[in-house]
Parts: sequence; structure tokens; C-alpha cells
Amino acid sequence: MTVVVKIPTVLRKHTDGNATIEAHGTNVKELIHDIVRQYPDFKDRVLSDDGQLHRFINVYANDEDVRYLEGVDTKVTDGDTVAILPAVAGG
Amino acid sequence: MGDFTEDQIYRYARHIILPEVGGTGQRKLLDAGVLVVGAGGLGSPVALYLAAAGIGRIGLVDHDEVDLTNLQRQILHATADVGRPKIDSGAETIRAMNPDVDVVTFDERLDSSNALATLQGFDVVVDGSDNFPTRYLLNDACYLASKPLVTGAIFRFEGQVTTFDRSRAESPCYRCLFPTPPAPGTVPNCEQAGVFGALAGTIGTIQATEVIKLVCGIGTPLVGFLLLYDALEIRFNRVRVKRDEACPLCGTSPEISELIDYEEFCGR
Repeated sequence: MTVVVKIPTVLRKHTDGNATIEAHGTNVKELIHDIVRQYPDFKDRVLSDDGQLHRFINVYANDEDVRYLEGVDTKVTDGDTVAILPAVAGG
Repeated sequence: MGDFTEDQIYRYARHIILPEVGGTGQRKLLDAGVLVVGAGGLGSPVALYLAAAGIGRIGLVDHDEVDLTNLQRQILHATADVGRPKIDSGAETIRAMNPDVDVVTFDERLDSSNALATLQGFDVVVDGSDNFPTRYLLNDACYLASKPLVTGAIFRFEGQVTTFDRSRAESPCYRCLFPTPPAPGTVPNCEQAGVFGALAGTIGTIQATEVIKLVCGIGTPLVGFLLLYDALEIRFNRVRVKRDEACPLCGTSPEISELIDYEEFCGR
């Protein structure tokens, strides 16, 4: 499966400035690992040591928070929209 | 219309003529108290639109002074205000816009010792702060005090806005959305990364819209949704935010029953 993953501005310095990345995988975990394969710096920004998403990073599959689906095991399919969203605090 | 002065009937005419607002809604606005935390990029448009709408009592919380680098987006303040406390400059701007508004200023940084007392007497709270410790503190304080919280955040070209309201059963809180704050040094702040000035206007104006709707009791608030805005692409998107049953604050077995002071760790 090829899914377009939206990268927020705060993380783009770890993706060579790219706002979207085509990633391959059948679930969220595989997508993230594919992004990490392309951009190794990305890993620590989204994943904790235990391989789970940081608790201040949300991933939305088709606008639903994957924490309320199957977490990083949430299945994805061609044409799905996946977005990564970190907490921001600016005011 | 006996409740309004002649001037008020003219000043608020365009609101009063809206069937959804009317004289009844305008009276609610004049009787309402709204606390705006942060008199900066977001707090500026929020306070200005609330003042223009005739919110009767506006609380402004900030502990900073106006800096020249603020003026690219913080439209409560002008060039001559550089060096003045933001609450003084902000209060002056609000009073000049609408003398109906009673401005209450709090020259403080919110912490566990003063947050609940500061919230007292206000009907709605707006988060326009610039750091994570205040965001978590304000979330907890508003939940414990049962005050609706309209929260916004901006970074570079992107903004986020949502409303939490304990009185609505389905409402999540900030901890449901982001369970724990980022670790130190993992998130740059606006000073390091920049922020697009007019973005503050877009997000702050949406926050003001939410407040005015909540006070008037009209429309549908952003409870349960996070509105995302990308200024570079002029694109809005809404994602679902569900109440987390395991949330340490608003979940079924809450662990947080008093306010917590987080370290100054990041974001600011």
C-alpha cells in the first residue's frame, strides 16, 4: 500500500522540508518505519524507546486518532489519508 | 430593549438584528465574564473581538512586557507600548475600543497557587498562552472548576483550536488530546522557529467566535473536534478528539484532583 502521510511544519526539518511523504505499509507502524528508512532522524521525533508513538504526537488515519482505533497497528489502505500532529504551544 | 442604553442599541445593532443573537444574546454578552490567558498573538484578536462584541467583563492574564518583536502579530499593542506591561497596554486598547467593558488585569504567570482563584467569577476561559505548563494547568483548572475552555495554539504557519466543556458529556479535555507534554528540548518555540503573524488573527478570531457562541448559547461548538489550519495552503481540517476513559483528569478513574506545576521545559 502507498499512503500519503502529511508531515507538520515542526517535523519537516527531519524530512528535508517535505510536507507530504509517500510511504509504504499496511499499517501505521509500517508507514512510520518506511518514513524512518527514508529519513532516519524522524524516528526519535515520533517514537518512544518502546516503539510506541510519543504521547504528545497524534496520528490520524482518515481524521480519526489511531489511539482510539488500533494504535500503530491500525490498518491503512491505498487512498487513506494519514496525518501526524504534534502538540504545539505557541500563542 | 429597556436593558440597553441608546448608545448600546446603536453599538450592538448588527448583533441585535441577528435572530440568533438578538437583544437576549446581546444582554448575555454584556453580562458575561471571559478570562483571556495571554495578551499576545492569540489573546490580542480574542480580546479585541470580545471587547467589540460587548463582553461585559474581560480578564487579561499576562506577566510579560511588550517587546518590539511582538508587534508583527500582537495587535493589542502599538509601537509606543514597547516596554510596558502587556496587561496595561491591552487594557487600554480594550477600553478605547469599548467603554462598556470592565477590564480586569492579572499581572501574573498562572501556577497551581493562583489559577483557580484567577478563574473565579469568569464564565468562559480562553487559552492564548505560549507554553505547555500553562496549557496543562489551565486545562486542569478549568475542568476542576467546570469552566468551558477555548484553546488555541499556533506554530509557524499552522494553528490548532478546540473547545473543552465539562458540562457536555462527550467533551474531552486537553489531556485526552495530548496525554503528556513533550520532553524538554523536543519542541522548538515560536522565538526559535517563527510564527506567521496573520495566523494569530485567524486562530484567535475562531477562539473569539467560539466564546461568543458559548455565551449566547448558539450554534455548535468545536467540542470533540480539533480544527487544524494550514495558512500556507489556506486549508482547514477537522479531526475527532474523543474523551479518553483512561484520562488521568476526566476519565473514569481520575488520578488528578489538584493542580500540578510543570517545569519550564519546552515550548517556551
